[in-house]
Amino acid sequence: MIDALGSIGSLLLVGGTSDIAVATARRYLAERPLRVVVAARDTPRRAAVADELRGAGGQVEVVDFDADDPASPAGAVAAATANGDIDVAVVAFGQLGDAARLRTDSVAAAHLAQVNFVAAVAVGTELAGRMRTQGHGVIVALSSVAGERVRKTNYVYGSTKAGMDAFYSGLGDSLAGSGVSVLVVRPGFVRSKMTEGMPDAPLATTPEVVAEAIVAGVRARRHTIWVPGALRWVMTGLRHTPRAIFRRLSF
Amino acid sequence: MADPATVPLTGWGRTAPTPATVVPVRGPEDAGTALAARTQRGLVARGLARSYNDAAQNAGGLVLDMTAADRVLDVDLAGAEIEVEAGISLDRLMNLFVPMGLFVPVTPGTRYVTVGGAIAADIHGKNHHVAGTFSQHVAWLDLLTADGQVRRIGPDRDPDLFWATAGGMGLTGVILRVRLRMTPIETSRLLVDTDRTPDLDSLMTLLTETDHLYDYSVAWIDCVATGARMGRSVLTRGRFARRDELTEKQRADPLRYSGAVRLSTPGVFPSGLLNQATVAAFNEVWYRKSPRHKRDQLQTIGAFFHPLDGVGNWNRVYGPRGFVQYQFVVPHGGEDAMRRALIRISSSGHASFLAVLKRFGEGNPGMLSFPVSGWTLALDIPVVEGLAGLLDELDELVVGAGGRVYLAKDPRVRPDLFGQMYPRLESFRDVRRRVDPEGVFTSDLARRLSL
Repeated sequence: MIDALGSIGSLLLVGGTSDIAVATARRYLAERPLRVVVAARDTPRRAAVADELRGAGGQVEVVDFDADDPASPAGAVAAATANGDIDVAVVAFGQLGDAARLRTDSVAAAHLAQVNFVAAVAVGTELAGRMRTQGHGVIVALSSVAGERVRKTNYVYGSTKAGMDAFYSGLGDSLAGSGVSVLVVRPGFVRSKMTEGMPDAPLATTPEVVAEAIVAGVRARRHTIWVPGALRWVMTGLRHTPRAIFRRLSF
Repeated sequence: MADPATVPLTGWGRTAPTPATVVPVRGPEDAGTALAARTQRGLVARGLARSYNDAAQNAGGLVLDMTAADRVLDVDLAGAEIEVEAGISLDRLMNLFVPMGLFVPVTPGTRYVTVGGAIAADIHGKNHHVAGTFSQHVAWLDLLTADGQVRRIGPDRDPDLFWATAGGMGLTGVILRVRLRMTPIETSRLLVDTDRTPDLDSLMTLLTETDHLYDYSVAWIDCVATGARMGRSVLTRGRFARRDELTEKQRADPLRYSGAVRLSTPGVFPSGLLNQATVAAFNEVWYRKSPRHKRDQLQTIGAFFHPLDGVGNWNRVYGPRGFVQYQFVVPHGGEDAMRRALIRISSSGHASFLAVLKRFGEGNPGMLSFPVSGWTLALDIPVVEGLAGLLDELDELVVGAGGRVYLAKDPRVRPDLFGQMYPRLESFRDVRRRVDPEGVFTSDLARRLSL
């Protein structure tokens, strides 16, 4: 249960090896011990993450999850909730893809949509079903400002995040009164393994800063947050920028 | 069984709401029907919801509203015993029995609690140092357990189950009927002595030396005062007056009693109305207006025991974010921890209305019963940024001194620390495994702390 002051007892990381997911778990564990379920593919990285979180005081369970496999979301969520309620579930899996290749490779583009959108929809549907039954819980969906107004330089990625963002925002509204809520998180450029080797964009941030914002957002029962917060106003401007101008912007 | 409704529920602190299906219960049959109709999410009984926390909430499951099961089944005036359904309130008991010369054995700061809730939280009052907790005055109770049976238990019949139920927060079953030993009184007035003490040490000394002379005793501490005035307080102590101690006018109707709510707070109160400045000002006025030393003042039951009951829904003054009541006890020898906790609270800037300090008598065999011989402090704190960290710090201090927090109030203790506070938690779990192996009776509190 999330307690009166927003502290939690159990955390599920879907895409549990993502830098933001791990940073979020570390941030919660810095406050108090809790149960952490790491849902990810069975890789050495998953084992390393589990060990690290155990070292940080987590009571860690691992569960298989593969965003490529349509049957995986149902199985992973069932396994994650088998040993008790989940208070906060972070949906953190996703890929950036190679924008140049995505422009011409339809298989790669469809695959990115499968991972970032289709699998995210399935996971959200499973989590919402389970949390409705338990009557409480928060789903944290890692969206992106890239989905808020899709840019020509990474429109495939941007469109998958736009769909994912729309799904979780609508899901959150549909859950009103159920005791369950959804927090949509829209980070800007995050320096992580996903963006390794890329030059920093303006207002670039880190997984730790995003994690801090997630913990504060859950505590304050927010529905949408931008990280850093200033991006909210930047994106408000960009959303209303006429297309003829937006198209010419260099990013 | 009337139609159930799914509604969001909170405790008196108005924090962490969760939805549950509320089932009105008017008697043992309704409780049995609800037990049979439960889902995987289980059920828990709820009385007047004066627990500050999530004790009477059950997210996604059933919550049994017991307040309609409020009949008086038997009265033995000569023996000062009554038999009642568990949903009856102490308010009703006072209205019925004070005029007959019987008072409830223990009352908390509000009379709007049910008998079932009083046992489940094993409540204490101003007379703990002489009378112990509410459950210590229960001759027996009928408990509906997970197997659908109704078991009559008491200190001498299945004592393990009884002492798991007393203070067990409703997690052993549904308390249906109770036989209660009342306190005979000659009048409905109290003879009260008031003393102002300038700091914490003088208060503790006064209590240690003279508390045994009074049936009822409590100190109100100014939690905003710092430095040399830290812990300044107003101590009120008393006992029920004898008939010959009343004024002539009062003697005409010595057991006269009226327990009506006089005021109610508006439904919407802004956040932040109670801040460091307003609370400090209030506390200053309250301390100054109290007599330095006054003897044998006659007070009514309502004025002496339940000053806040004069204001309906006073919990709303803390605004929409709600508040936490932090109450802990440290055993004798833990005076230094109490002092350090008070310094930490008064210097934190988290405004608190008057805090209450009391010297407890001996504890009882209740496995999760709160009181232990020592000092207890209770204070309200509105929910603000940074409160979680402050209270976690205070918990460490309390545990270090061998103390604990109160399950009827605490909405946020670390589960691992809770286990250290209650060494008999494993015995409680053993009893639960025996009478409720599937954990049918459960609550948000039970899930939060893995009870």
